[in-house]
Amino acid sequence: MTSIFRKAYFFLIGLFLSLPLIVVAGVSVNQKQTLAFPPQGFSLSWYGEIFLNPEWRNALFASVTLAVLSAALAVAIALPLSWFLWRRIAPWANIFQLLGVAPFTLPPVITALGMLTFWATVGFYGQPWTAVVSHAIFFVTLPLVTLSLGFTSIDRSLVEAASTMGADERTIFRTVVLPLILPYIVSGYAFAFVLSLNEYIVAYMTVGFTVETLPIKIFNALRYGYTPTMASVTVLFVTTAAVIFSLVARFGDLPKLLGAMSSDGK
Amino acid sequence: MRREPPQTLGDYLPLLFPAAMLTIFFVVPFGTMIAVSFFQRQQGGFYTPAFVFDNYARFLSVFFGGVLGFSLMLAVIVAICCVMLALPFTYMLTRMARKVQVVWLVALLSILSLSEVIIGFAWSTLFSRTAGITNILVALGIMEQAKALTPSFGAVLTGMVYQAFPYTVLVLFPALVRLDPTLTEAARTLGASPLKAFFTVVVPALRNTITATLIMVFIFALGSYLLPQLLGRPQHWTLSVLITDQAIYQSNMPFAAAMAVFLVLVTLGLVALTVIAGRKGEAA
Repeated sequence: MTSIFRKAYFFLIGLFLSLPLIVVAGVSVNQKQTLAFPPQGFSLSWYGEIFLNPEWRNALFASVTLAVLSAALAVAIALPLSWFLWRRIAPWANIFQLLGVAPFTLPPVITALGMLTFWATVGFYGQPWTAVVSHAIFFVTLPLVTLSLGFTSIDRSLVEAASTMGADERTIFRTVVLPLILPYIVSGYAFAFVLSLNEYIVAYMTVGFTVETLPIKIFNALRYGYTPTMASVTVLFVTTAAVIFSLVARFGDLPKLLGAMSSDGK
Repeated sequence: MRREPPQTLGDYLPLLFPAAMLTIFFVVPFGTMIAVSFFQRQQGGFYTPAFVFDNYARFLSVFFGGVLGFSLMLAVIVAICCVMLALPFTYMLTRMARKVQVVWLVALLSILSLSEVIIGFAWSTLFSRTAGITNILVALGIMEQAKALTPSFGAVLTGMVYQAFPYTVLVLFPALVRLDPTLTEAARTLGASPLKAFFTVVVPALRNTITATLIMVFIFALGSYLLPQLLGRPQHWTLSVLITDQAIYQSNMPFAAAMAVFLVLVTLGLVALTVIAGRKGEAA
């Protein structure tokens, strides 16, 4: 009885979550340039369009570049910060942890508008690199959270042992800390990468008039008439996210990353 | 190596880069935005430094009050819908096999990371006349003719619940994983049905978690800036949409900044209020 209820409930939630994506996937294989479902005919040309049409290809390139660079910068900010907080007793430094979490907690429009006024004031408004910095700050929360989690899971006696054997700080970091923390760096990077790829409002408010990322391109396309390419890009995005998160789950401990401590832990 | 306080100036070196980045590119922009909210707007999209309250005075209008009221109401409804849907879901999910959990978590994360643009596009397609859900109903013979379900309030609400649902599950997940399974076992042994055990044992035990989740989803929903615009009519626009609209299309930065500052204050105020309420509840 309850197992039937549970299955029905999960089925309905699953349907709710997948229905829009199923329809979009259906639309993306339409033969002609119509937004019809069920699809009329079958064609994968709208997927080719992403790479063949220079406009969509440029948007894809801009989005991927932005995501690669901003996620790297986010990790570069988060790693020394979380290492410092783990290694040193400096309660006041927690203020920076708080600052790192704040942009992600506040409504995104706030961060976007802050960035817009800032870049306009200092005179760099519209420069492509400003979007990289803005995204890195906006998403620094993600590597910060995974890395803090990673550092708390390091057994301090390992580091102690290395220190007793005469390793200096640098050697310890390279040979003990870094290998232990690597999965958390990778997953923090992956989270920031996927979210940056999808981010619209911050990118739009910083470089919306000079660079077209994929979400900006889709939004502009929405306003000036539909094309099935929007659907194929959506499918591409969902698939990319699913593949990346599956890899994180495959090589890391996803439930633990999402806050479920293993039974031995706190 | 134990944790120790920094001794030399060199020990602070690792902090230099993160601290500088966060200060220059978050604290300063935030300050800039607050400053701009007091600036004077010039015709043609520019603004000049000043210290005026004009931008805040515009809040005292019926129109603005309506938008604010609608934004808060919408966010409250979204939060309640999401928690009601996600609580039993997450509870059952944490009791499933690990492999199944991981599959669901990957799916939820993938949807959570989707751009609002994409969610808006997907739902407007699903609610459209040509490619929408009504076509399926017509094919099944339930409906006579396909019709568009957007723009409407229902469409906005559905889109926003869709966007916030994965977030709600992920917020609830850690607390529910840590929930002591013997609690429900005890209730079951004493003869409670699973449903009764859920409502009389799990829900009360999680009261604080549920309150905290409601606030977090509320803030999350308050931040939705595109879905009301893509799926609704202008009367369904929220404060976030209005801020974007003023900043980009009306080029009224000072007013947009003032609204953004106001949104931060509302957000922080509600969080503080609930924290205080929670403390009182515990003390009583």
